Amino acid sequence: MTFFDGDSSLISNLPAIVVTLPLFASLIAGFLGWKNRKAPYPIAAVALFLTFISSVVLMIQVMSTGVAIEYRMAGWAAPVGIVYVIDHLSALVILLITSIAFVNFIANKSNIDTVFRNKAGAFNSLYLLFTAGLLGMTATGDAFNLYVLMEIASLSGYALIGLGSNRAPLSTLNYLFLGTIGATFYLLGVGYIYIATGSLNMADIASIMPKILDSSMILFAFIICMVGLLIKMAIFPLHGWLPNAYSESANVAAGLIAPLTTKVTIYIMIRICLTLFTPQYTFDYLNTSDLMVWLAIGTIIFGSLSALAQKDYKRMLTYIIIAEVGYMVGGFFLGNRIGVSGAILHIVNDAAMTLALFMAAGIFMWKTGEESQESLKGMFAKMPFTMAGFTVAALSVVGVPPTCGFFSKWYLISGGIAAGQYFFVAALIFSSLVNAILFFRIFEIAHFEPFKDHHHHSSNHSNKGEEASAHDTHEQTIKEAPLGMLIPFMAVSILLVVLGLYSGQIVNNIINFAIPSSIL
Amino acid sequence: MDIVSLIAAKANYWTYVILLMVGLYAMVAKNNLVKKIVGMVIFQTAVILFYVSIGYKKGGTLPIIMHGHDHGHGVDSFIKAADYINPLPHVLMLTAIVVGVATLGVALALAIKVYQEYGTLEEDEIRKQIELKG
Repeated sequence: MTFFDGDSSLISNLPAIVVTLPLFASLIAGFLGWKNRKAPYPIAAVALFLTFISSVVLMIQVMSTGVAIEYRMAGWAAPVGIVYVIDHLSALVILLITSIAFVNFIANKSNIDTVFRNKAGAFNSLYLLFTAGLLGMTATGDAFNLYVLMEIASLSGYALIGLGSNRAPLSTLNYLFLGTIGATFYLLGVGYIYIATGSLNMADIASIMPKILDSSMILFAFIICMVGLLIKMAIFPLHGWLPNAYSESANVAAGLIAPLTTKVTIYIMIRICLTLFTPQYTFDYLNTSDLMVWLAIGTIIFGSLSALAQKDYKRMLTYIIIAEVGYMVGGFFLGNRIGVSGAILHIVNDAAMTLALFMAAGIFMWKTGEESQESLKGMFAKMPFTMAGFTVAALSVVGVPPTCGFFSKWYLISGGIAAGQYFFVAALIFSSLVNAILFFRIFEIAHFEPFKDHHHHSSNHSNKGEEASAHDTHEQTIKEAPLGMLIPFMAVSILLVVLGLYSGQIVNNIINFAIPSSIL
Repeated sequence: MDIVSLIAAKANYWTYVILLMVGLYAMVAKNNLVKKIVGMVIFQTAVILFYVSIGYKKGGTLPIIMHGHDHGHGVDSFIKAADYINPLPHVLMLTAIVVGVATLGVALALAIKVYQEYGTLEEDEIRKQIELKG
């Protein structure tokens, strides 16, 4: 480990800056928004860009030195003080969070300006606060600090989702109840860990773990922490809150929350299992693999089948998200190196794919004012570039090479075969086939059925009217999306292929260092 | 007899588990959204009480060290950890209480929005209205 306490240079304080920059920018944007509704957006955009740059520098730093950066808050050393630990895994996830938050924010400028015209301060402030919470969750090396940051991210997430359609507050309230149960269970688990070890620092707890493997207190702590996190990541059968909450939120909020919340929670699960409870306890002593992989299989099958039943494009995506949660949880609990690599790689790939799909949803919504799959009739002719990007994203979710979805799925399937979990492999293949049906159904509608006028429909969708009203006049002649939306969207779709082509390098140079050597 | 002493010895744990279940029951079974929110607060408070109780030691006193300035020198400054209750869980709970209040605030704000939309806070009536709207 390298220590940077007492050093006041900018670079050495980056682990703290990457979290506090969006936090303070959130306060500034919120206050300025009272006076001037044009002020918050540029502030938030600059803050997100600087956070993104910081995370790139952190990634380079970790990769070049090859060791984890331990940042001591206010100079207090662990285990007394709170430390932020930037290793290969957290640096990767931090880079993922900042880039998605930034790209989604830039792409949705016109969306934010129209939908949140009167709530500019609140919206931009919440967006930054949510990002800060996720970054803190990822960076922290302290179990209780993790709870606080998890709640910061969750609370701002509830508020962001609640700003959506008229139905959103009710779904958000249900999400809030389940999210609070999840977080409180985690807190309870941390309490038992504290009783058993007297420490809250993850590395410190891990060093005590070998002596207390057979403690029933630790077993209870493990179970209750896992249940809490599984609720928060919406694993079947604890997924009930997700589809309503995500599909009824505003597109720009969904574009931030849907790719990141479940993925960061899965990262937290991996972090807790590897860094806090140690792989020895999770995989060897408890032998959790079978149970968790079966849970994952259930989630994959359920998510895929439910996605088939949806008529609404965004709702379909929410069920795909649930199925993908199963991929990552199952991949991680295979417990072998390939499976864990696949799970971590899929965190990155799935976040990028979900971002692309929700950006496409935002563009369709912006243009047609509708969310049903029927509204996409004739889109290939009207919006060729958007549909090209959408095709790449869809193929990536299905898992067609050379898009990134193929490579992480390849790792997951190889891991499943190596671990002898053939049902998991079958579930992955089944889910890929279902995804193929889902997206080819949309391709068919968008390609072969003639374009139809949507104008008379917009009155039926009064709850979505706010987003649609500004564009009613364009209904007759839908053309390509505005460049401000299209360029970031195309960039993300190209990134899906680039991530795929470089997935070998990502695994060899980053993920390999993120997995402890005890996992073979 | 045995059971009584077993319960008495771990009274703080029993209390928090019962409160936790009361809160969980209210969140799952109650029809009124505000009652669910009250259940959520009870649920969170149960865990806060659990943390507060684990810091306590029999015969322990406030964790304020008198004459702390001459530490390491006089006989007076010899500190036995068993004499002082553990302040760390209590400090953690100050943060958790703030989180709980913030959650309550967001929940109530959402409940107000729900009431404005449907004119009621009873879940079955809201569900009926949603079904009618299609």
